[in-house]
Formats: sequence, C-alpha cells, structure tokens
Amino acid sequence: MTIEFEAPKPIVQMNAMLKTVAENMMRSTSREMDENEHAIPWDYVEFMHSAMRSMGGGGGLTIAEEKPKEGAEKRPPIGYQKLASQIEMLAWGDVGFYLITPGGGLGAAAVAAAGSPEQKAKFLARFNDDKPTYAAMCMTEPGAGSDTSAIRARAVLDEKTNEWVINGEKIFVTGGDKSFNEYEKLGKGFIVVWASIDPSAGRSGMRAFVVESGTPGVKVTKLEHKLGIRASDTAAISLVDARVPFENVLGSPTVEKTTTGFKGAMATFDATRPLVAASGIGVARAALEFLKEKLEENGVKIRYGLPRTKLTSIEKDVIDMEIQLRSAWLLTLKAVWMADNKKSNALESSMSKVRAGDIVTKITQKAVEIMGPLGYSREFLLEKWFRDAKITDIYEGTGQINRMVVARQILGYTGAELR
Amino acid sequence: MYSFEPNEEQQMLIDAVGKFASNDLRPAAHDAEENHAMPQKLVNKGWELGLLQASTPEAYGGFGDRSAITNVLAVEEMAFGDLAGALAVMTPSLFATPILLGGTEEQKQEYLPRIIEGAWAPYTGALIEYSFNFDPNELKTTANAEGGAYVLNGEKAFVPFAKDAEALIVYANLNGVTQGFIVKKEAAGLSISEEREKLMGLNALPMYRVKLENVTAERLGGASGHDFGLILDAMRVASAATALGVARSSLDYAKNYAKEREAFGVKIAQKQAVAFMLAEMAVELESMRLMTWEAAWKIDNNKEDSCVSAYLAFTGACDMAMMVTDRGVQIYGGHGYIRENPVELLMRNGRGFPMLLGLAIV
Repeated sequence: MTIEFEAPKPIVQMNAMLKTVAENMMRSTSREMDENEHAIPWDYVEFMHSAMRSMGGGGGLTIAEEKPKEGAEKRPPIGYQKLASQIEMLAWGDVGFYLITPGGGLGAAAVAAAGSPEQKAKFLARFNDDKPTYAAMCMTEPGAGSDTSAIRARAVLDEKTNEWVINGEKIFVTGGDKSFNEYEKLGKGFIVVWASIDPSAGRSGMRAFVVESGTPGVKVTKLEHKLGIRASDTAAISLVDARVPFENVLGSPTVEKTTTGFKGAMATFDATRPLVAASGIGVARAALEFLKEKLEENGVKIRYGLPRTKLTSIEKDVIDMEIQLRSAWLLTLKAVWMADNKKSNALESSMSKVRAGDIVTKITQKAVEIMGPLGYSREFLLEKWFRDAKITDIYEGTGQINRMVVARQILGYTGAELR
Repeated sequence: MYSFEPNEEQQMLIDAVGKFASNDLRPAAHDAEENHAMPQKLVNKGWELGLLQASTPEAYGGFGDRSAITNVLAVEEMAFGDLAGALAVMTPSLFATPILLGGTEEQKQEYLPRIIEGAWAPYTGALIEYSFNFDPNELKTTANAEGGAYVLNGEKAFVPFAKDAEALIVYANLNGVTQGFIVKKEAAGLSISEEREKLMGLNALPMYRVKLENVTAERLGGASGHDFGLILDAMRVASAATALGVARSSLDYAKNYAKEREAFGVKIAQKQAVAFMLAEMAVELESMRLMTWEAAWKIDNNKEDSCVSAYLAFTGACDMAMMVTDRGVQIYGGHGYIRENPVELLMRNGRGFPMLLGLAIV
C-alpha cells in the first residue's frame, strides 16, 4: 500500500456513462418530478433496471464482486469505492431519482448483513428479475427517531401457526410505497421491519423481519410531502396483527443477553453512512458547478492563488466551497476504501457523514445566496438542490448523532460514558 | 487506485519522527518559547533524522528522490512536537529544496553536497515582506538584470537564522515574475537586522529582517531562471502539513484534558458540548489532512492542477489550524489561558499560517 489519489479506470468509465444518464434522463425531468410529488419517472426506473441487469449488477446499486481474470494479477477490491462514486454521480443528476434507483436498497442491505445463506437466497434473487423491484427498511417510529432503542413495534411468536405476529407504526420509510404496494410495472418487493421480541430485554430484544409486499394487516397509511427529494416516496406504514412466517426473522429468534441484534443494525450504518455522504456531495457538486458556470457567464473569474486579503467576497466563498466539497469527498472515499479493505471504519464513516451533512447544506445555501433572485427562482434547479441537500444532515443518523459516534471513537468512550 | 495508507518506508519515517517529536520536541516547546531559544542539540538531533537527506538524490550527497507526500507525512509529525522546533530543524531545506527544484546543475553541485553531508547549518530562505496584502507573486523586492548579473533591492522579513546564515535564497520581482536568487553571506549591500523579529508566537525560532541594497546575486536556474510555481506549491503544502501537526497537538492535549477534568460530577468529555467540539476538531483535521495528502500526491505525479490543489489545501489548513487551536484553549477553559499549559502557545502558533508561507518547504 501507499498513498494514491488516482481514480481507478472502472470508476472513471462508469461515471462517464452515468453522467450521460444524469444529463439526459434525470436533469430533464428533475423539475417536473419536484413539482409533482409522488409521480414516478418510469423512464429512469426502467432504464436503470435494464442497464444494471445487462451489466450483471443484479440487485441494483450493489457491491459487485469483481471476478479476477485467470492469470491476471489480483487487484485490491474497489466495490464500495465504485458504489460511492456511482451514487455521487447519480445524485449530481438528481438525488431524488437516485433514491428510487430500483433494487434492494436498505431492505436488502439488512438481509445481506444479518440474514442466513437461505434467507439471502430466498429474498435477494428477485432484484435481478424482469421487472424493477424494491425493498425498504422500517426502523423509525413516531416516538423513535435517532433513539432507536425506543422502538415500540412488537413481534410475538404464535406457536400454533409458527408465525410472527407484528404490531406497530413505522414512519419515514424511504421507498416504502414502491417496496410494499403493488404496481403493474414493478416486481414483488418487501419491507424489513424492526420490532422487539422482548421489550424487557431492551436493545438485545430487537429483531428485523422481512415482510413481503401485500401481507395482510400491513398498510401504507400516508405518503409524506417533503421539503426536497420529492421523487423519492417516504411512507408511513402501519402493521396490525401482520403475520409473517417464522423463517423471516433475521438473526436469532431467541433473546440472548447481548446486543447483537441491535449491533447488526448499527453495522449496516457503518456501511451506508459514507454512501449517504456521497449522495449529498453529488448535490453540492451540482450546485457549485452551476454557480461557477453562471459566474463565468457573468464575467466573474475565480483567481486561485491570491492571498485571502486580495480576493473578492465571492471568490472567497467559492474557494471555501471548493475546499469543503473536495475534503468531504476525500473523507468519504477514505471511509469506503477502508470498507473495501476490511478495515473497521466506524469513525471514518461517521466523520464523512458529519462533514458531508455540514458542507452540502452550507454550499447549497451559499450558492443560492450568491445567485440572488436567480438562486431563489424556480426557473433554475439551484433552489431545488438547496432543498434536496438538507436531508443529508438528517437521515442515516443526524449530524448530532454522528458527532456522538465520532466523539466516542476518539475518546474511547462507550455509549454509557457519553450519552 | 485510491489508497490512504502510508507505505512501509513512510511508516518507519513517521514512527521515527513521531518519537523525536513526542519525546524531545514536545517537552521542550514551552521553555524554548519562553526562553526564545530552541536548544541546538535538539535541532541537531532532528536534522540527523535525515528528512532532507532522504529527499536528495545520491548525486548530490543524499540517498533518495524528493517525495512531497513522504515529506508531508514527516512534517506533520515533526510539527506535532513543536512548530518552532520543526521549522528550525528544516530551515536548511528553505535553501536546498529550491535549488533542487530550480537550480542549474552547477548550483546543485556547488551547494547541495555540503549542506546534505554536513551537520545542520544555517542556510535559509527569504520570501516574506513586511507589508499589508503580502503576495508572493507580487513582491516589492526587485531584481534587475545588469549585464550577466542580477541586482537586488528591497527588504525581506521573518528570515529564520539569517544572522548566521552561510547563504540564503532571496525571492524578488524580476519584470513582474517572482524568481529566487542565491545571496551569499559576504555579499556587498546585504544587511541583517541586529534585533530579532518580535512575533506573537514562534519565539524559539530566531528570525530577522534582511535588507538588500544593490546586492549582486546569482539567479536560481541561471539566465533562463526557474518555475517559481513549483517552489510555491511545495511551500504551501509544507505549510499545510505543519498546520496539521500543530492542530493535532492541540486536539491531543484537549482530548486528554477533557478526559481528566471533572465538572458537575463527570469528566467534561462526557458532556456533549465538549465532546462535540472534539468531534468537530477531529473531522476538520482529517479533512485537511486528506486535502494536503492529495495536493502532495499531485505534486509528486506532476498533475496539471497541483497548484490549485496546493492552494486549496493551504487555505483550508490555515482555517482549520485556527479553529482547532482556538477550541483547544476553549476546552481547557481558564487554564487554557495560562502559559503554564501548552494550548495557548498552540493557539498563537495556529494563527500564524496564512502569514508564514515560506517558512517551510517540502
């Protein structure tokens, strides 16, 4: 190993292709999907599904295991790095669209992280079928956001039928509608529901259950109207005596005095946080590139290399934005590089999320400010990117939760020592 | 390929320099600042680690090729110990590295072996000028071609070890372009201030004003000159790397203090208000470390945009150093304001980076 910053060729090639997709299939309908919340850009969905299938990607945007050619030198794995780069590029096109890229998403990630080989075979194969297919993760509840240990959903085993009976209210389920409700153009998806099998056991009683699309007793009760990422559906889902087969529980069906179940969920976050960072960074890059383009059209040139005291206020802002953007991207790359190389990256993952959450909101806010009335106008996408960017600092652990994770890591503190 | 891990050789260097920084420089930092002197034996010990020697090809007395990224790693470690000490150890680089980057073969042969093969000796460089809006690309010190020679006029500031220097590189404005010139100790018209610079920090590093009145000098790179941009990039990246070391030192002290200091029945690090400050310091530091690494990597690989990267890394690292060292004092509270504790010196040093460009080079 040594220190290197050369983008690997497969990533460069992939991004060139995705950029065309972003320009032709995303940017062109970005505004329409923003103004018609809950409409579905079918062209994009179907194109991405068939494109990913033809590339052998299988379950949508996933970590593709590279098969080494015979006799070829073994190359270091870049699956996560490639995925983060793809996400950044798609989010540059439109982050709402990116979020509805067909595939298993967080639901499949939970199965992949905590499922048995049989469960993986049973639940994950569908994403490579003819029709685009979705899966979603149901964690948040009205009374349980960042504090996931406050989850109230219950799962009780009915020993007569050998089924789990689940009751609970879930909210903020990204892709919940497309994963659970039936659409002619979509395959049969599922949702992964977090519920307790023993409330007295706290976090160690928490389990995830695969709930198939169309399960009786489960209903999408609401689709949220949001500040941004409007192409992505955010569902509220209620479960009333919903019955799922015994074998749909991910992980052990009995409660041990450990927090393995919960740690499973948290390990998923180590893997996904840099990916969320990447999606936000794509939005911020879109905003910064747009700003620079408009400045240039208006004869404002950024004079790199001058001392701060000689720069104009706009030059200072743009230079700061570039530093913020690049450094956040490098932190993200480091976190996924560590994941690829099987290095523990809880610290770096959360660092990348903290940094990205901060800078993408700042960059888009500043870009709107500098553009003035043009920034505030809906004739350009900039104001939309400003709204889209904000979610980066909220979902997959707020900036504050991630600061907590970073602080615990650098201080060597447990959750009990720093709460 | 992306990769974020120093190679084995670099790691050995990091460990060796880190040991010197932690065991020798760090404990000496406070007294050196208060006494306005870094013990010469420490400077010699740092010199013997061989950073410059390892960046100089064998043909000129060294044992390796220059690698900005390797130097950046070493410089951060060294500055973690103490900024003044690190800059003192590396002062001969201010003379040798520009020659390596822009000198003629004769200039390299004349100067490099005697610097590289010898004990630490005060060869230095003079870029900064004592003026508002100082800009290394618009120097007030002038150079004029007269016959085959160049004549320098002007005044330079913050020149480390100028008083004892055998020779120095003076940067001057030659028809609107910055160029370096080799000025020897005995040159007529060269005068060095009796008094040292009086600065907010860095008092362990002796710095002087240097006046040039019709000083005849040799141009770096001879008649065709050299690319000052390469030197400036190397200075920016080096300055960013020293900023990383200073900030890391402050974070390290603050973290340990917060885990010891109790208030309201708990360690203050257990309070989110303090823990979040530490988290943000760590995020800023790592952000700018990666920016600095990337810029250095681009320099080593002759990337077209290496100068923009070096500029961004330097600019970002300056802000980061101020932010982190300020919070280091804040976390110590009233104790942070007392000179017995180490963080106030780090805050004074942390403020300096935007104006101290030119005091380090990789």
